[in-house]
Amino acid sequence: MKKHIGTRKEINDPNNDTVIKVEKLSKSFKLPTERSSSLKQSFFNTLRGVKGYKKQRVLKDINFEVKRGEFLGIVGRNGSGKSTLLKILAGVYTPESGRITINGNLIPFIELGVGFNPDLTGRENVYLNGALLGFSHKEMDAMYDDIVKFAELENFMDQKLKNFSSGMQVRLAFSIAIKAQGDILVLDEVLAVGDEAFQNKCNQFFNKIKKDKTKTVVLVTHAMENVRQYCDHAILIRDGVVKIDGSPKDVANSYSLENAERYIEEQKEKQQIVSEYIKNLNVKLLSTKKPTQNDPIEIEITYDVLEDIDTYLGLTLWDINRNQSLINSNSKQKMCLGKGHKKIIFTTNPSTINDSTIRVNISVRDKTGSILAYYPDNKSPTVVLRRTDYADMDHKTIDAVLFQRGEFNVSE
Amino acid sequence: MNIPRVLNKKNRVLLSELTKTDFKLRYQGSVLGYLWALLRPLMMFAILYIVFAKLLRFGGDIPHYPVYLLAGTTMWSFFTECTSQGIQAMVVRGDLIRKISFPKYIVVVSATLTAVINMLINLVVVIIFALINGVEPSWTWLLVPLSLIELYVLSLGISFLLGAINVKYRDITSIWDVCIQALFYAVPIIYPVSMVAESSVLAAKIILINPIAQAIQDIRHNLITHETITTWNFLDNFWLQILPIILIVIILVFAILYFRKKSKFFAEDV
Repeated sequence: MKKHIGTRKEINDPNNDTVIKVEKLSKSFKLPTERSSSLKQSFFNTLRGVKGYKKQRVLKDINFEVKRGEFLGIVGRNGSGKSTLLKILAGVYTPESGRITINGNLIPFIELGVGFNPDLTGRENVYLNGALLGFSHKEMDAMYDDIVKFAELENFMDQKLKNFSSGMQVRLAFSIAIKAQGDILVLDEVLAVGDEAFQNKCNQFFNKIKKDKTKTVVLVTHAMENVRQYCDHAILIRDGVVKIDGSPKDVANSYSLENAERYIEEQKEKQQIVSEYIKNLNVKLLSTKKPTQNDPIEIEITYDVLEDIDTYLGLTLWDINRNQSLINSNSKQKMCLGKGHKKIIFTTNPSTINDSTIRVNISVRDKTGSILAYYPDNKSPTVVLRRTDYADMDHKTIDAVLFQRGEFNVSE
Repeated sequence: MNIPRVLNKKNRVLLSELTKTDFKLRYQGSVLGYLWALLRPLMMFAILYIVFAKLLRFGGDIPHYPVYLLAGTTMWSFFTECTSQGIQAMVVRGDLIRKISFPKYIVVVSATLTAVINMLINLVVVIIFALINGVEPSWTWLLVPLSLIELYVLSLGISFLLGAINVKYRDITSIWDVCIQALFYAVPIIYPVSMVAESSVLAAKIILINPIAQAIQDIRHNLITHETITTWNFLDNFWLQILPIILIVIILVFAILYFRKKSKFFAEDV
């Protein structure tokens, strides 16, 4: 029996501005090492003195606070512990150690439409869902019209849920989530539902709730644009530890970087695809490592082809910070024919590209496009582009990949 | 346990919503719908009646034997339905438990309440049959609810205890199925207690210490015929007489304590 000394307390103190307070929160799970959910297995495990599980610490000493009216984003890779944290906040899991204080009425949406039953009508499902969230029939009566209107399902509520399209179901569930009259709303990756018109509505709603100083929102998401757009406070969780607790911009940037690093890790394994046809693939940066917008980037690629095959280069300029490709190109128009030593020089002008850290990815391909050799990411040349026509870190140079080139003509 | 908090408004609303849903969905998609709540026990009764009363000629000395048998099978169905639904409840509602925080006992109680509703409907049928069969209404009918509550409390206790274990060890469901089969013969439902007493008085006494037997015999005694052998009129030691009640209290208290201790981890284990 694991000893749990953690506590979760719900208070209701309107004078206290801190609505969620998490202190030294830790949680670990027992992961069964073999199928031990049968009596027989656990009996034999006890006999043999085997534990039958291994302990995994999912959250380690988490501390953070959320103030009233804040829009908090929780960011982290899959398996970093975000959802566990959310479930503990919602009271679904018991904290193992540490203390959580919730000040106000917390409405959790770990998943949309919990308890939705396909054989009940839309109306019945709304009331059931409401009861599960702790609302009385009367309170639901007051919210009902609002929910249905927001979901745009006025004509369908007496139909069974199984006759709803999946989009309609999600819309209904989502409308309950955001129309629920709670002080603290906890949402787990639930944005991006419905069609574009519904998206816009959600957008408006989130912008409205962001301004509302009585409502607090905790949002777990992978979409950095949501973090930048709605949140006024964000935390980044990695391996069960709060890595960054700060502005949404810092957190979003670090998260993107973290993903870029993981991408590199993954690519290291990919390097192994080296065909026996290609030897001595080498990529060299001929131009400066720290170019400005006026310096062309010049790269020299050399390799030996051992058999009589035609080859061409695949080239990607990868923006490490924004985690996307700036240029995807290839030399298919100028195939290298037959055996022998090949040398190709690639030149590009970065005048339209914003401040960025760029890695050059090179692959050698055969006629059909399959990769024969891949130049390892950790050896690939990297350049740091800094524009000189704007002050360092000016937001115009950071936010977008492309440098702004339009002109505004204001006529009175 | 803090009773006002356990029965606060939020929990009552949730309990009634879940029970309503359960009841609505139980016979969803069947032609006869709710009628099955009546038909199933009646059909079981018909089979038992033909086999035991007509072919094997049981219960010749008991007045109103068919209704006596019907009352027994109705209560037995209630007990089995209640416990098997209750034990399964947490697993069936696993999706809720994993995602929403609410008192877990609500799930168990709501699952068993459907069985209570079915039982009450069937009880009406039993009473109608009893009147047709010529049973005289008696003041002892007023005592019947006591035995019903007793049987329900026992079912709840078993559901809480085994349901909590079942979250982790699903074997419980199968084990309980076997127990139900064995119990069916250990409880004097199809055979009269007098038949056992003829060959061994001790065996009959042991049978009557079983709380299920005690409750069902009491119901028959108070509802159908005062000639029913019950724990009270067959055992003479006071402590033996109240032993079934003591057993129920022990099971309930232990079940509640165990359930409360384990319920914190249902979300992780289910």
